[in-house]
Amino acid sequence: MKNEGTIVMVTGPVVTADTMTGSRMYELVKVGHERLIGEIIELEEDVATIQVYEETTGIKPGEPVVGTGMSLSVELGPGLLGTIYDGIQRPLPLLHEESGFFIKRGIQVPSLDRERAWEFSPVVCAGDAVEPGDELGLVAETNTISHRVLVPSGMKGTVTEIVPAGRYTIEDIIARVKVDHDIEPVRMMHRWPVRKSRPFKEKLEPKTPLITGQRVIDTFFTMAKGGTAAVPGPFGSGKTVVQQQLAKWVDADIIVYVGCGERGNEMADVLREFPGLEDPRTGEPLMKRTVLIANTSNMPVAAREASVYTGITIAEYYRDMGYDVALMADSTSRWAEALREISGRLEEMPGEEGYPAYLASRLADFYERAGKVLTLGRGERTGSISVIGAVSPPGGDFSEPVTQNTLRIAKVFWALDADLANRRHFPAINWLESYSLYGGEVSDWWHEHQGSDWDAMRKRMMGILQKESELEEIVQLVGSDVLPDADKLVLLEAEILRESFLFQNAFHAVDTFCSPAKQYRMMKMLHRFDELAKNALTEGVAFEKINEIPVRSSIARMARIPEDTYEGAFGGIEKEMHEQFLALAHPETEGHEGIVVDK
Amino acid sequence: MMRSSNREYSTVSKVSGPLIVVHRISDVAYGEVAEIRLPSGEKRLGQVLEARKDAAVVQVFGGTRDLDTDKTSIRFTGSSLKMAASEEMLGRILDGAAQPLDGGEGVIPEVMLDINGYPLNPYSRDFPQDFIETGISCVDGMNTLVRGQKLPIFSGAGLPHNQLAAQITRQARVLGEREEFAVIFAAMGITHEEGNFFVREFQNTGALARTVIFLNLADDPVIERIITPRLALTAAEFLAFEKNMHVLVILTDMTNYCEALREIAAAREEVPGRRGYPGYMYTDLASLYERAGRIRGKSGSITQMPILTMPDDDITHPIPDLTGYITEGQIVLSRDLHRKGIYPPIDVLPCLSRLMQGGIGPERTREDHPDVNTQLYAAYARGRRLQSLVAVVGEEGLSHTDRQYLTFSDLFEREFINQEYAAGRNIEETLDTAWSLLSLLPESELKRIDPRFIARYHPNMGGERHA
Repeated sequence: MKNEGTIVMVTGPVVTADTMTGSRMYELVKVGHERLIGEIIELEEDVATIQVYEETTGIKPGEPVVGTGMSLSVELGPGLLGTIYDGIQRPLPLLHEESGFFIKRGIQVPSLDRERAWEFSPVVCAGDAVEPGDELGLVAETNTISHRVLVPSGMKGTVTEIVPAGRYTIEDIIARVKVDHDIEPVRMMHRWPVRKSRPFKEKLEPKTPLITGQRVIDTFFTMAKGGTAAVPGPFGSGKTVVQQQLAKWVDADIIVYVGCGERGNEMADVLREFPGLEDPRTGEPLMKRTVLIANTSNMPVAAREASVYTGITIAEYYRDMGYDVALMADSTSRWAEALREISGRLEEMPGEEGYPAYLASRLADFYERAGKVLTLGRGERTGSISVIGAVSPPGGDFSEPVTQNTLRIAKVFWALDADLANRRHFPAINWLESYSLYGGEVSDWWHEHQGSDWDAMRKRMMGILQKESELEEIVQLVGSDVLPDADKLVLLEAEILRESFLFQNAFHAVDTFCSPAKQYRMMKMLHRFDELAKNALTEGVAFEKINEIPVRSSIARMARIPEDTYEGAFGGIEKEMHEQFLALAHPETEGHEGIVVDK
Repeated sequence: MMRSSNREYSTVSKVSGPLIVVHRISDVAYGEVAEIRLPSGEKRLGQVLEARKDAAVVQVFGGTRDLDTDKTSIRFTGSSLKMAASEEMLGRILDGAAQPLDGGEGVIPEVMLDINGYPLNPYSRDFPQDFIETGISCVDGMNTLVRGQKLPIFSGAGLPHNQLAAQITRQARVLGEREEFAVIFAAMGITHEEGNFFVREFQNTGALARTVIFLNLADDPVIERIITPRLALTAAEFLAFEKNMHVLVILTDMTNYCEALREIAAAREEVPGRRGYPGYMYTDLASLYERAGRIRGKSGSITQMPILTMPDDDITHPIPDLTGYITEGQIVLSRDLHRKGIYPPIDVLPCLSRLMQGGIGPERTREDHPDVNTQLYAAYARGRRLQSLVAVVGEEGLSHTDRQYLTFSDLFEREFINQEYAAGRNIEETLDTAWSLLSLLPESELKRIDPRFIARYHPNMGGERHA
């Protein structure tokens, strides 16, 4: 019972069709003779307004529109990992095969490979009672990711049939489950409507940090597994580099990277770089844990709107298997602009800055799909989705609606700063404006895994940075010469902290990732410097002497010492530091042997 | 796809701004090209912006002056906007709608191409990483351009952006390759004088033979500006990906393009976004800027250098703002430096090249290049902060090191940024100049540079290179 109508108007990506009786809101339709993919976004009587996910040039009023009875859905099953999709889950390599370098329209390709056979091993037997979320069997999707084939939502009953271990395609029936009086087939693949969040048992508190290997983030503005973070910043402040750094190094099992309305060359960069990079935890190529969704800025705007939903639905699918998933959306502003563009074409009453009035609720819906959860099914599986959304505020003005509405929801705020970026201080995360509301929750982890003084040291360091900004105001008026030595020391320590700890070179082979243990040791080193310098001052050493202490250049370069040798090297620097401070305080003991340096 | 037909109507019911509404029509496609015949017999081109069952809204590229609702007739061509492309275009001067301005015949087409092109599949792209030596130190040393990049110049009224663009066009080369760039030059709403400057430059340097010029000048129809860059980019795609050439596209001035876009949006009574520009301006600009890059398995490339003048030198204005979010960096010109007599007056701090990391370093430029670049930035940024501080507290209030930074940044502006219009510097010269400036600072301040490179390149180290 397909509903079929006729186009009455075409304007850009929005098409209106009449005699569409029987259509549902958000139903997927095929538009025109070329059967372009579209979605119903407004219904009035029998007239449907449709946003079309492909270019509409050449479409005429009078051409047919056919309903599919389905909502916009994604295909879920083995084979998602390592793939690059467009906003509506069409694999870009297949589009390349079908139409060459340029994406022509009306191309229909399957999202998942139908031919490929996967090694499936069952974990249930015929006669077992199962409920939604229970494992039926396992597929080794990659060397490290075991893909759990789960009982679909709403299917509670008894397994009547399960295939023996062997190779099956995603369309083969691998089990049958008796639900009430019906026997329902289960395949490895199923579809899920992207705008509907997948069910789980319970939301849990995020308590484990999501380690990113980026010092300013892990140490000062920690993200939690299952948390939400916003990264706003003007152009050129390094949003994309931050997002890509996270995609490379976070300690999540699965990465979903949504390039939403961004640059084509950047996606080419990811595609070039990721297969060659190693996951520091598993040694596998990073691409094997990654799903890329690329809807670049020149691709149809409606598909851009869909891309973040496609991404989060795939993330939920792996979360349901019990994995920690991190989703990066770059950039949510482009998604919001897509909403605005479609809303404008519908001639809806605009809200702030032309954005639709429902912007806030749409953003909230999206970010609410993040979280750490107890999944459906037996076995107390937990999984998480951490969402990191880049925001591109016009003119770098954080008071605009997308940034403001995002901040109301996201728990972590990494404010990127044009001034820092201009000085090439990267990551350009402003340490005074940024915050993380997970600091308290995750400090237990740090205390347990690194050292009990983590939080105290961190607060001390932050104190120095805050004091610096106060002192800067005075320096702006009267110069730094008039400051007391104690204050000059604060400025010096802040400078060292900025240059040796907060500054991190994403393009340096070693510095690109810094383990929590190394971060802790580096902080310890700076803390030690702080103590020694303060002591020296109280013992009457002139500030200028401390300022010129040679160990500063070793400290400035400590971040570049590789992970496997830093322990020893740091010990050496600390020794150097002790000796030099001792020499400052007691010039006569210079060269004296037997000084206890370890205290 | 579309049937060619002779559907002529004289049912224009409304003329408003650049748009006309035609009634009692049928079978008109969205985006279809229309030919409008004025009562005087003059013909203009138009395109369908909204297709309804029995009506269409058409934007008229030549403007709507002298159109009426009585005798004006319109014929729908059944085709989208296409241009004739051929290698013969090189050396030609065309107007904003690709009609010859140089007295020659029309271009004999090898193919007819849709001027809107198609989105390039990100999977089919090849990552740009071939260093282009422009001979400009601030660009090569600190904001390196690579083949396939889109790097705009953000300028202001009265600043020498045209000279800079002409100089880059003249000097641009890829290390170790003899092949020169084919140049596509698209002018939108610039003055005759500016247009002549470029044509003369291309003639004098002999570049004209490998250049296609599209001129929509200030007194040409405003709406035509919407298609001028699309024609230029279609020609560029043809030359790059069909004829395997390396193409450099100069689009100037994008500000005029955006004004034309706003004019159409206003005429359509659309809900305006920021400062009256349409909400879809980001998408629209992206459909131009994203037509740069390289394709796997193809040897050609498109490098874009759009020029825009920032209204009131405001970088947060929607035009530079949205451009900066799409392009892979920006070169920003500064009025202050221009006043100091520095050419090119490039304000390096807000400049950026997002693709430079792939194009520099060992085997591409020189191994010390990445470190020298970040060190120059850090040092000059500090010097600039001190410049403003000195105005308040005087040099006496500064420490010795701070004074060294001041000297550094002053000389940096005069010796590194500043250079001749007539001649470029090669990358070795650029980096060596950088080292001689960095050597003004104590060595302990060069924290961003690997000690190995200090030993090798620092002029005071008597290192390997200088031994």
